[in-house]
Amino acid sequence: MALRELASLEKYLGLKKPNKYSTQGDKKVPVLQNNNAPPLVGLVTIACHLAKEAKRPELLGDGAEGRAVVQQWLEYRVTKLDGHAKEDTRSILKDLNLYLQDKVYLAGNQFTLADVLMYYGIHAIVLDLAVQEKEQYVNVARWFDHIQHHPGVRHHLPPVVVLRNRLYTSRHH
Amino acid sequence: MELFVGEGNPHCLKVLAALEVTGVQCGVQFINHEEKVVPFLSRPALPALLLPSRQHLFSPNTICRYMFELNGPESSNQCNQWLEWEATVLQPVLFRALHMAVLQGKGSEVAKVLQGPLNVLDQSLGKGSTTYLTGEALSVADVVLWGALHPVLSDSSLALSAHQSVKAWFDRVAAVRGCQSAAQKVLQGKGLEAMRSYMQKQPAPQSSQGRDAQPCNSSPAESEEGDRVVSEEEMEAAVLTWGKDLNACSQATEKQHPIMPQEGKRNVLITSALPYVNNVPHLGNIIGCVLSADVFSRYGRLRGWNTLFVCGTDEYGTATENKAREEGLTPKQICDKYHAVHSSIYKWFQIDFDFFGRTTTEKQTEIAQDIFWRLQKNGFLVEDTVEQLRCESCQRFLADRFVEGTCPHCSYPEARGDQCDKCGRLINAVELREPQCKVCRQTPVIRSSKHLFLDLPKLESQLEQWLEKSTSSGDWTANAKQITRSWLRDGLKPRCITRDLLWGTPVPHPDFKEKVFYVWFDAPIGYLSITANYTNQWEKWWKNPHQVELYNFMAKDNVPFHSVVFPCSLLGAQDNYTLVNHLVATEYLNYEDTKFSKSRGIGVFGDMAKDTGIPSDVWRFYLLYVRPEGQDSAFSWADMALKNNSELLNNLGNFINRAGMFVTKFFEGCVPVMELQQEDKKLLAVVGWELQQYIQLMDKVKIRDALKHILNISRHGNQYIQVNEPWKKIKGGESERRRAGTVTGVSVNIACLLSVMLLPYMPAVSQTIREQLNAPQSCVNAMLQGAGTFACALRAGHRIGAVSPLFQKLEADQIEALKKRFGGQQVQIGASTQPAAVPAPAAVAQVQAAVGSDPEKAKQLAKAVAEQGDKVRALKSQKAEKAVIAGEVAKLLDLKKQLALAEGKNPEPAPQKGKKK
Repeated sequence: MALRELASLEKYLGLKKPNKYSTQGDKKVPVLQNNNAPPLVGLVTIACHLAKEAKRPELLGDGAEGRAVVQQWLEYRVTKLDGHAKEDTRSILKDLNLYLQDKVYLAGNQFTLADVLMYYGIHAIVLDLAVQEKEQYVNVARWFDHIQHHPGVRHHLPPVVVLRNRLYTSRHH
Repeated sequence: MELFVGEGNPHCLKVLAALEVTGVQCGVQFINHEEKVVPFLSRPALPALLLPSRQHLFSPNTICRYMFELNGPESSNQCNQWLEWEATVLQPVLFRALHMAVLQGKGSEVAKVLQGPLNVLDQSLGKGSTTYLTGEALSVADVVLWGALHPVLSDSSLALSAHQSVKAWFDRVAAVRGCQSAAQKVLQGKGLEAMRSYMQKQPAPQSSQGRDAQPCNSSPAESEEGDRVVSEEEMEAAVLTWGKDLNACSQATEKQHPIMPQEGKRNVLITSALPYVNNVPHLGNIIGCVLSADVFSRYGRLRGWNTLFVCGTDEYGTATENKAREEGLTPKQICDKYHAVHSSIYKWFQIDFDFFGRTTTEKQTEIAQDIFWRLQKNGFLVEDTVEQLRCESCQRFLADRFVEGTCPHCSYPEARGDQCDKCGRLINAVELREPQCKVCRQTPVIRSSKHLFLDLPKLESQLEQWLEKSTSSGDWTANAKQITRSWLRDGLKPRCITRDLLWGTPVPHPDFKEKVFYVWFDAPIGYLSITANYTNQWEKWWKNPHQVELYNFMAKDNVPFHSVVFPCSLLGAQDNYTLVNHLVATEYLNYEDTKFSKSRGIGVFGDMAKDTGIPSDVWRFYLLYVRPEGQDSAFSWADMALKNNSELLNNLGNFINRAGMFVTKFFEGCVPVMELQQEDKKLLAVVGWELQQYIQLMDKVKIRDALKHILNISRHGNQYIQVNEPWKKIKGGESERRRAGTVTGVSVNIACLLSVMLLPYMPAVSQTIREQLNAPQSCVNAMLQGAGTFACALRAGHRIGAVSPLFQKLEADQIEALKKRFGGQQVQIGASTQPAAVPAPAAVAQVQAAVGSDPEKAKQLAKAVAEQGDKVRALKSQKAEKAVIAGEVAKLLDLKKQLALAEGKNPEPAPQKGKKK
């Protein structure tokens, strides 16, 4: 799964020569094999490395603060989202929804690697949401739709239909 | 910049160390673990860093890295790799280790748990010859890993000294200025013990198996529905089961009343919360108790449990008295009238009670008074004077619902004397702000009156002991446990059990002869008295905890009375009562986007469901499909139509109908010979697996989740038919025809299995399917035994009956009409983010009267409004007399109202209560 994700990322970044990967352990942690340097282990580490290799540093955020926010969400992806317990799905969606309320992208107004990896990671959850639930997490749905239509991002994943007009008026909690 | 940290939180150690080592200028605040710093996270998360841009960082490693990057270069790939390893590999293991060491006292096992990650670290450190993890200079990776490992490595009792390289590196980092002082600040020199309170507040770690079993990147739903790999053994087992002779299975006998507990059987007593008699139940009430309990009791019978399902109307109390006054009847007449209404509604919904009784019976008085005397004798009742509201003009004490006012906790203006509907808290009537007598609207005065109290504090330790046992051995829903815990945490107080009313069970005590029992002392006793009206041997159910398992079904607002108050009554009465083993509470079901409200005419009520023309089974299906299991859910007309059309019609109904039609059309109504190939065996295994899941979930009363597995089976079935195309193969050569026969035969047998699994949910449809298939009765009892038996119930040569479609499409216009008719009509305010206000019923009527708006008239009125507006503004600017202005303003308002009507809008301003904060 992580490998497909990295392959899609490579395509998005326009890297010509595909890298060689393997996986490690039960959790299939991706490993990037490198001829001149020791192998790199871990999805976020490899993804950041690829962005640098593609000369797209802006995808990692601008300035120390910007970079920190991007790292924040990359870390969130691999620690909170991956392997989360079933009962935590709602609270993840709820938190993200609140966070995205006043943002276009995870790092504010700039499209970054955080959006790409979070999109790959959350796809299965969003795919499973009913129309009504998508409306409940309207900011997540809006962001998700935005990212899946971002040129060159989607690749290995099926598109998820997100309605733009509301079927149900808002529910209160 | 401000850093928020908590004492005893191991993650805070890293960030404080990073802060000290880098010397970044930043304020530090120590706060409580429960305090919320990051506004968008629902759980408190520490540490948190408030950036100069007012954004928050809440991941410890990101914070550390940021501090290092502020004064130095970007962290290297190697560094990043260690940080990621720490967060994804080390932390889960470390958390488990800390949990063991700090909370479970299993410090000796920590070394084993941590061995894996420590080996990785040790090898890496031993291999290189550098001073620190990534080179000769201290990096963020060193600080993060040191901070993470500090609590365990610095504790000598954990015996973690085997890793030499780690030990040397750890000591080197510890010697760096700033690291030790950070550790001192967080752990206060108390070592592991300092983390106790932090660890207690964290959710328990998942077991390693559970975590690893779940693939990282898929939601649980995907892993369930994706192509499960079926092993050879599974297929063999499925084929073996398939060949079983169902007739050989034990035949369940028809139920014979009265049902009594039997030795050697699982005796299950099921109650559904007693619906209050004075109102017609709405869909939320129905799914919350009676329907859920009905599904479970039907399922229980299929499983061969000896099941008794009782319920009845709760009839005493102030609400009944109020209703009687409103309708000009006596309370007794009201109860008779509404008891019949309830009965007929539940009958229509096919709720199969073994007995549906009521609480206003002699048995109720007898049993309630017996429990009362026992409590009195055992010293669990105390007397006290109570300040009470009394309405001087009505000459009576205003109990419970005779008084309304503003909630003292949340300021909801329509709180009742006993409970606030908004915040759900229980209220003492005298605490209400601005109280009003419900009858005459006068402000009541406070007077004192003598009452009896159940001494809950005295019963608390007994209760806790019992709860500990019941909640750990039984299936209590999470909300039930949580609500109960919060009651106990707040400490129990004596609860008044008497009331100054007429309509109730009389208190037999001579000093209180003018009073009746408080309805919440009285009502749960209804379960016992209703059973007593069913059989005079009721005590075999209710005083028999060793043979009987008790399930209580209810909505969550009812939990404390079933988990705390009623068990205390029974424990205190000391007569070996059967106490609840499994407490099953639902969350709330909303209607479209709002609450059900009888007074505002919003929502579908039990008696109206049948007028919709939608069959009872479809109602049941949809309500169960959106059963508020684990979270609130909503009834929505559009969604109901969608689920009917997509799940019932296109998925389930389509499959069953096709399977039957193939038998009829291609094989003259006789099930063909089946020669199982690999693909068929695989399907049998997959279906068998879904059946097992269904049984496991239903056993745990996960009614909604189990339903999904029924629908999965028909999905697999449809796919199987689609791939194999029996309608083409039947026209082919001999082997192809045989293949068509096998596919048809397997499909029709799956249909038969589906009919059984559907029985608890849709009893009528289930019966129809079996009639159409002419299925033997034996399959009903046999297929859900044990872990589930998917056997070939319809053997080759079996003749099926006439097949016809099971479901009808719900058309969009039909649904639209129903949506309008049932009041929940929303005023759409376009894309406005303001919640739609709900018009009062009167307004709805007006709106409907105005349908067919008059654009010509509207134009004239708009002009008139504009002119009148100008006139008012002119008068105001000229500072004309108040009375004159008021008169013109009144005219303006009237014109505006007419205009609104002419435009077909709701002329009333949105009522206050529609606004939500």
